[in-house]
Amino acid sequence: MRAFTYERARTPAEAAAAAARTQGARFIAGGTNLLDLMKLEIEIPSHLIDVNGLKLDTIEATEDGGVRIGALVRNTDLAADSRIRRDYALLTRALVAGASGQLRNKATTAGNLLQRTRCPYFYDTAQPCNKRLPGSGCAAIGGVSRQLAVIGTSPSCIATHPSDMAVAMMLLDATVETVRADGSTRRIALDDFYRAPGKTPHIETVLEKGELITAALLPAPLGGTHIYRKVRDRASYAFALVSVAAVLQADGSGRVALGGVAYKPWRSDAADALLPQGARAVIGNLLQGATPSPENQFKVQLAERTLASVLLQARS
Amino acid sequence: MNTPPEFALSRRTLLKLGAGSASVLVAPAAMADVPGIGTPARAPVTAEVAFKVNGRARALKLDTRVTLLDALREHLHLTGTKKGCDHGQCGACTVIVDGRRINACLSLAVMHEGAEITTIEGLGSPDDLHPMQAAFVKHDGYQCGYCTPGQICSAVAVLKEIKEGIPSHVTADLTARSEASAEEIRERMSGNLCRCGAYSNIIEAIEDVGGQRA
Repeated sequence: MRAFTYERARTPAEAAAAAARTQGARFIAGGTNLLDLMKLEIEIPSHLIDVNGLKLDTIEATEDGGVRIGALVRNTDLAADSRIRRDYALLTRALVAGASGQLRNKATTAGNLLQRTRCPYFYDTAQPCNKRLPGSGCAAIGGVSRQLAVIGTSPSCIATHPSDMAVAMMLLDATVETVRADGSTRRIALDDFYRAPGKTPHIETVLEKGELITAALLPAPLGGTHIYRKVRDRASYAFALVSVAAVLQADGSGRVALGGVAYKPWRSDAADALLPQGARAVIGNLLQGATPSPENQFKVQLAERTLASVLLQARS
Repeated sequence: MNTPPEFALSRRTLLKLGAGSASVLVAPAAMADVPGIGTPARAPVTAEVAFKVNGRARALKLDTRVTLLDALREHLHLTGTKKGCDHGQCGACTVIVDGRRINACLSLAVMHEGAEITTIEGLGSPDDLHPMQAAFVKHDGYQCGYCTPGQICSAVAVLKEIKEGIPSHVTADLTARSEASAEEIRERMSGNLCRCGAYSNIIEAIEDVGGQRA
């Protein structure tokens, strides 16, 4: 690990300003992803801004009947919150499907959204990777791509976003609240938050330099049946090959989002509208234009079969 | 013939320099804002931190890079906590911080100002075993023992998590409390690997303490 200076931020605005004016600065909260990457010298910050003291660790009701989840709420606490379990069960299910108990105790809401891909070529510093070293190429294309994206890819990058939590949040129409270096705040729909890889896969979100996430907001509960089904290589503590998040209503309508297939959780209103026609219609629409590799083309069929199983479970 | 130490050192230094200059050549100047790229090297930085370990106040002056795991093992000589993978994948470094189990390898020591840390040494001693330690002995929940301190710290925290009503991936009803069943324990302990494969006995030991077995 490379040496770095360290400071504890006192207010969100101060943290954002410090991050904007200090070259090589990074925020650190749970640290479970960042420190792992720092040990491998994939991330090499020269200054860390510890945001753990910012008191952004509460879950509050909002005026529109939703909830405001502080950026520093730990994954364990979010999953265990009684309102989340009752009204946003999908979110609890997604959270407890991810990582291990130890990691969920440290990992935060904002850190989970900002975690980096687990593409093996991003992690292997002996390999080219446009996300790790812009312009160096992509060893994943034509390489071992079983875990990687099938849609939304570019000739520069086929990495997936690894989060389970984000899949649930995308389906639940989450909004990210931030503070910028000049102290102003803004709200960004999660759907607009992640940037497609294009030619710049190292730029993963629309966040500006120094901009700090302060909360994730969920609108009023959707009701219905909440199911998060994660398919992975072992029964626990593994990333998704494919995951299906679904909120299904008694009249056959609902919403679906997929994890493990793209640079962000994948969903569309057009695909949701086809739910009464079944899993094949929904996935056919949602994954239209997919460009899987021979190694990960199974994900298209796996997504369809997983959704079919989810729809069956919802009816039973 | 043994390699002279000077040669080993200079060879390593050479490799390091080679890797460094290669990445400088590849990284374009415009990438100064890309995290980790174009950032100048920095001399080691130290910082002070004070926390309680097993009830005892400790104050340390540490390189900011020192993880909680290395602070415990190398600076406080509490070597019960083990370093396995050092990347949060194996759970050998599990300790309990402010009542919650964490991977000590994925946390910086300087981030724990004022924290209360419990390691395997703080749970019990050979003369006065913690019930979970006694249960691991009784059920033969180990072979080589390297993962055991992490398993035991994790197990103690797992039973507390179940008691506090924290749900898991296998909890059927999110509005009900979960029980210390074998299924729940297996899922909740998935962050602790045992390469000897003592899992079935580990689960029996935890079930025993959790009160599910007579």
